[in-house]
Amino acid sequence: MSEKLLVNPIECAGHGACAELLPEMITLDEWGFPIVDGRPIPSALERDARAAVSACPTLALRLVRA
Amino acid sequence: MITATAGMPVGDTATGLPRLLPRGGQPEGWHAHTARHGRLPYRGHAGDLIPELSAAGLTGRGGAAFPVGRKLSAVLDAARSRRRAAVVIANGAESEPASDKDATLLWLAPHLVLDGLQLAAEAVGAEAAILYTHANRRRDVGQRLRQAIAERAAAGADRIAVELAEAPPRFLSGQETALVSHLSGGPAIPTFIPPRVTERGLGGDPTLVQNVETLAHLALIARHGPGWFRQVGTEAEPGSMLCTIRRADGTPRITEVPLGMPLRGLIAGPDGQGLLSARAVLIGGYHGSWVPAAEAMGLTLDNHSLAAVGARVGAGILITPPPDRCGLIETAAAVRYLALESAGQCGPCLNGLPRIAAALTEIAVGRQRRQTQGDVERWAGLVTGRGACHHPDGTARFVRSALLTFADEVELHKQGRCSGTSKKPYLPIPRDSARTEEDWI
Repeated sequence: MSEKLLVNPIECAGHGACAELLPEMITLDEWGFPIVDGRPIPSALERDARAAVSACPTLALRLVRA
Repeated sequence: MITATAGMPVGDTATGLPRLLPRGGQPEGWHAHTARHGRLPYRGHAGDLIPELSAAGLTGRGGAAFPVGRKLSAVLDAARSRRRAAVVIANGAESEPASDKDATLLWLAPHLVLDGLQLAAEAVGAEAAILYTHANRRRDVGQRLRQAIAERAAAGADRIAVELAEAPPRFLSGQETALVSHLSGGPAIPTFIPPRVTERGLGGDPTLVQNVETLAHLALIARHGPGWFRQVGTEAEPGSMLCTIRRADGTPRITEVPLGMPLRGLIAGPDGQGLLSARAVLIGGYHGSWVPAAEAMGLTLDNHSLAAVGARVGAGILITPPPDRCGLIETAAAVRYLALESAGQCGPCLNGLPRIAAALTEIAVGRQRRQTQGDVERWAGLVTGRGACHHPDGTARFVRSALLTFADEVELHKQGRCSGTSKKPYLPIPRDSARTEEDWI
């Protein structure tokens, strides 16, 4: 089942770890907050997506059903 | 057109309006209310009213225009599947500073709203009901509601008790998740979705939040049926709605009109004055859109028509400032207010709105730098869709519409000129913005 990324902008504190681990789908805006590609995650990037989710210090990033 | 300002007891037999507001503009007590509308038509079973609301095509009148039947179904389904009683909240926290229709409705026809609250509660099987309002700036709405609730208790009209709750004077107080947060004992600031409040709201229970005007329409559909409701309005957007109209003099006039009504008549007013002077119309308040008056004159009051210019009906606010005011100065003041009213929880809103407001002020006072306008446009794009609530989206829409509609004025300002001849602020802006966390409670 395909998944997509969802960021909780209230929890997000702009640490930026997600963008380092998954630059293909997450970039940072000029204030350091993530701009997340909300499309289904390609299977080739699933590992990196999970790493990005795990790396978030505030648990703001999650995977949900696409 | 029916106007509810004092001394205008007019009606329109062709449209049957007003439906909600009493003719004559006098507050309606229990006896006058039941003489006009009859008693509450309880259905006897949860769920029974919902197909009628769907057939009527009633949508939320708080601004989002979500189908009411679908919302009630979602709450009832959640309550049944989770075996928990639902909660119903009447939302009278009319936070748009330019709007006055909900306060007027609660002041003049409190029983119609309370009828709707009881009937909605029955429809979703709720055991608790709350009416949430602002302390009104001009009228003691709270006292009127306490009196109405006492009248209903004496008449044995209500099946469940209604609790009154006061919203803090914040722009976001009426936002659905902020409202639930506040009623749960916290600050009136938005929370992340999911969960939706229809699934898990107050106390974790499935929660129905409906604007007070929506509940008043619901109470009448329960009495007269979907066919009656559809006698006015358009096929896709049936019924009537309350509008707050502010013309050059700035006085709010509350008018109940059919959806699909030509804007020309609403903007012009009975004496046609608005038509002569208006340069632009603000449709939908401070989360709405500026539209050049010439374009607005050809549109009708429904989302299908307004979509052509990127506008929406919203909560029915129509504002035509006098020609001696500068649209950029007015917008900059309102956007500064919106930036201060950000709950400050989401990075893009916290960072973007104050920058947008400051840049817009630079444009308004003729001190813009080469990159200022580009910055505003980029930031408006950056904040859109990136908050837990729609505050950044609505603010960005308002700002972009101002830069487009007042494009000629922007050019004038670049040359150090301004077409506004009066510096007196026109758009209503609340004086006190939030400073500490206490201000949100």
